[in-house]
Amino acid sequence: MIRDKYGNLFEMYERITGENPYEAPMRIYPAIHYTMGGLWVDYALMSNTPGLFVLGEANFSDHGANRLGASALMQGLADGYFVIPYTLGDYLANTALDKINPEQGEFQGVRNDVNAWLKQLLSIQGKKTVLQFHRELGLLLWNHVGMSRTGAGLKAALGAIAALEEEFWHDVRIPGSPDMLNKNLEMAGRVADFFELGKLIALDALQREESCGGHFREEHQTPDGEALRNDEKFCHVSVWQYKGKGAEPALHREPLDFEFVSPTQRSYK
Amino acid sequence: MNTLNLTLRIWRQADPQAKGKLVEYPLQGVSTDMSFLEMLDVLNEQLIHQGEAPVEFDSDCREGICGACGFVIDGAAHGPWRRTTVCQLHMRAFKDGDVITLEPFRAKAFPVIKDLVVDRSAFDRILTAGGYISVDTGSAPEANGLPVPKDHAEEAFDSAACIGCGACVAACPNASASLFVSAKISQFALLPQGQPERKARALRMVAQMDKEGFGNCSNHGECEAVCPKGISIKNIARMRREYFKAVAAK
Repeated sequence: MIRDKYGNLFEMYERITGENPYEAPMRIYPAIHYTMGGLWVDYALMSNTPGLFVLGEANFSDHGANRLGASALMQGLADGYFVIPYTLGDYLANTALDKINPEQGEFQGVRNDVNAWLKQLLSIQGKKTVLQFHRELGLLLWNHVGMSRTGAGLKAALGAIAALEEEFWHDVRIPGSPDMLNKNLEMAGRVADFFELGKLIALDALQREESCGGHFREEHQTPDGEALRNDEKFCHVSVWQYKGKGAEPALHREPLDFEFVSPTQRSYK
Repeated sequence: MNTLNLTLRIWRQADPQAKGKLVEYPLQGVSTDMSFLEMLDVLNEQLIHQGEAPVEFDSDCREGICGACGFVIDGAAHGPWRRTTVCQLHMRAFKDGDVITLEPFRAKAFPVIKDLVVDRSAFDRILTAGGYISVDTGSAPEANGLPVPKDHAEEAFDSAACIGCGACVAACPNASASLFVSAKISQFALLPQGQPERKARALRMVAQMDKEGFGNCSNHGECEAVCPKGISIKNIARMRREYFKAVAAK
């Protein structure tokens, strides 16, 4: 039965640990597997960029403050089978899509921006590799923006991420050139984005003064150590709007309406 | 923690036109707990700090489920462990002092892009030729409208476990893509959703496979032996039946 349902996971475990999970007890500890949230979409699954539809885990629509195994499958099926067949066809049928010339000014502008950005990244030639920055950033988020966090830790993380980002733009060392396959350059672009995303996640966590789902704010717990929500102030999804490079993002709140069930205190006791 | 001192002989090739060669790199103090790709990360960090070009290789999930990674280790696609992608191969598979040779997947239809990275877009074009099903738009399907018996689902799932890594092509003396293509044809042929395009799919995917320059299957079975997902060559027999039936129906 276990082999039938979980054979692939047991195999994966065996490869990593070198231990046979069918015989030896499995070593399991809580870890961050997934970051709740995603791109904002409307009920048709379209983002605030017209024509850009976002499906599955990439959007925020069905996420709670927790996310269990196989939720990805549910959302992929729900969005793919039941929503997008209606909404995408409707959008295409009702939208005039003029022919676009890839040589027109906007495209040239973006090409120039990207080339300048790549040139800037490659010209730094500092002392630390992209992987070193990625690991340091990951450790910062792991330690301060993980499952258990405090207001003080989140504030410290916001400062530390900004400092690390600053260091990245002065001291990253990327080998090679932009006109060839260059995975370090590709990864540098992603890590540059991760700094911004990391700051946003920490900022969001900081303003949410409650413990909810997979996020435990140590200041907000019951006397016996259970997560303490604050439904009066935080029964909403936080939606952050990009306000341009370097500018503080703006917070919008989408209230959560519970029509058929009412939120209760969960206890594992 | 056990550590190993290794000598890596790695295929270095600057671009598709360049003449490649094996270059030796000594690597000290490799933890046996590392995966093979983590070991290469360590080598690359050293190379970057020394001002040398890092070894390019493909990887993404590093959990053995995405199909991005893959190269040849000591003559075997994905290395010495059976049913294991190179990202899930761990260094405890090796001994102190080992000399390990790394080469890209070699096939005419998989040209080398750089070092250990090959262009596998031929697989994408084969999938585009027929690896899809038609879905009605404008109406959501009834959830229980297409009952699938469990054994059919299991069999289709076994075929769908193919991650498209291309090890089967690299291992085949004919550089045939038959295991990959047959797994894709099978997963659809075994399910009701795959029926509308069933015949056209077999014809189109096989035609695209030939067009890409893959060789034919002559039943060596090397593909199944290296396949990290254990895809059976029974799929190839099914592909042939599907193809014959489609030709006969034309």
